[in-house]
Amino acid sequence: MSTPPPGLTRDQIAERAAQDIADGSYVNLGIGMPELIAQYVPEGREIVLHTENGLLGMGPAPAPDAVDPELINAGKKPVTANPGASYFHHADSFAMVRGGHLDLCVLGAMEVASNGDLANWSTGQSDAIPAVGGAMDLVSGVRVVRVMTTHCTRDGTPKLVEKCSYPLTGAGVVSRVYTDLAVVDVTPQGFAVMEIAPGWSFDEVAARTDAPLRDARPGVVA
Amino acid sequence: MIDKRVASAAEAVAEIADGETVMIGGFGEAGSPIELVHALIDQGASGLTVISNNAGNGQVGLAALIRCGQVAKIVGSYPRSSNSTVFADVYRAGRIELELVPQGTLAERIRAGGAGIPAFFTPTGAATELADGKEQRFFDGVPHVLEHALRADWALIKAAAADRHGNLLFNKTARNFGPIMAMAARTTVVQAASVGAPGSLDPETVATPGIFVNRVVQIADPAQEFDLVAQGAHYP
Repeated sequence: MSTPPPGLTRDQIAERAAQDIADGSYVNLGIGMPELIAQYVPEGREIVLHTENGLLGMGPAPAPDAVDPELINAGKKPVTANPGASYFHHADSFAMVRGGHLDLCVLGAMEVASNGDLANWSTGQSDAIPAVGGAMDLVSGVRVVRVMTTHCTRDGTPKLVEKCSYPLTGAGVVSRVYTDLAVVDVTPQGFAVMEIAPGWSFDEVAARTDAPLRDARPGVVA
Repeated sequence: MIDKRVASAAEAVAEIADGETVMIGGFGEAGSPIELVHALIDQGASGLTVISNNAGNGQVGLAALIRCGQVAKIVGSYPRSSNSTVFADVYRAGRIELELVPQGTLAERIRAGGAGIPAFFTPTGAATELADGKEQRFFDGVPHVLEHALRADWALIKAAAADRHGNLLFNKTARNFGPIMAMAARTTVVQAASVGAPGSLDPETVATPGIFVNRVVQIADPAQEFDLVAQGAHYP
């Protein structure tokens, strides 16, 4: 088997995920890689970013000399507030989350199962410090939950699996996964590949996925 | 006359007793009522149950309260910190109990406590290990978890501005847990950068009505936990 080229970079995955965000959406982006998506929202679309610590209308990081330690995001990093922003307390913030008021969240993942189960908060190791934050609230309440992640871990272990081995964040919650190798939808029949990174074949992606994969690319007869 | 002002942080927290439950506002370093927490360290009450989203940063504030051995239990959602090992060390040594709660469930349990709702069903956490041992019920075919309200003996909160009735304004994302914790404690203690006369705050912009507040202490130039951690400060 020839060695495929590198997959998409983190920025390219973010750019791809941003294409699917509709004008006018209220969106929560998970801490880490999904935060990059904010930089790639296509010109002409207005979206409002929610950060669960209490801000709608989150803007980019401030200049170093304009940091306000009381204006941060859920990752505890300094941010700015866009024109039209609002601040609110935590119960209101999670009413937005749980109450189905947010259109979309894109989260990171440790594992996604072919039935849409998501694991992204705990390795289950006994010496780890348990911490969950708002992940379980987001997946239980946001209307559409997508994942942005590398297709495999650093040591090559597939993250798209038949059944999660890590403790679940939510059951049957993920509808689409953006990775460095593919765009994969979760369907009632399991994982369906919608797009594949340039230079990669379906079989090469399937070999790096630990669950059955269906080729559902438009124009491709499986 | 209603005058909730007290002269100092030390006086404001003087009656916190061993074994009591204390809500501490803040998310990460934003909104941390650091002068009140340091006064609680000086005061020395121990065996406390602390309800707070995180478990402190650096070697100041809540992290210092834990390091000083005053906290028996934390109820929170994200006690892991990239800039502090205090909680992790004490937790691994088995010297502190942790009740881990999803962040939105933590907020709603506090809100419910302040609103006279003893318990509620939420979809958050259903089918996860954080629902183990909890009553579950299906609504519209979706599993929900029974969660109980949280109340506390004390709440320690940071506000940007107050008046002597206890009406409060907050600053940006430092608001976080302040308004709901103020509702859920028997005695709510607020540190505010300014404390004015009634009428000094626009009623249309008051975020926490004074009925939820018992004591207000003016800390005119509060330390930012963010800065203290960056400086490597250590309390006491």
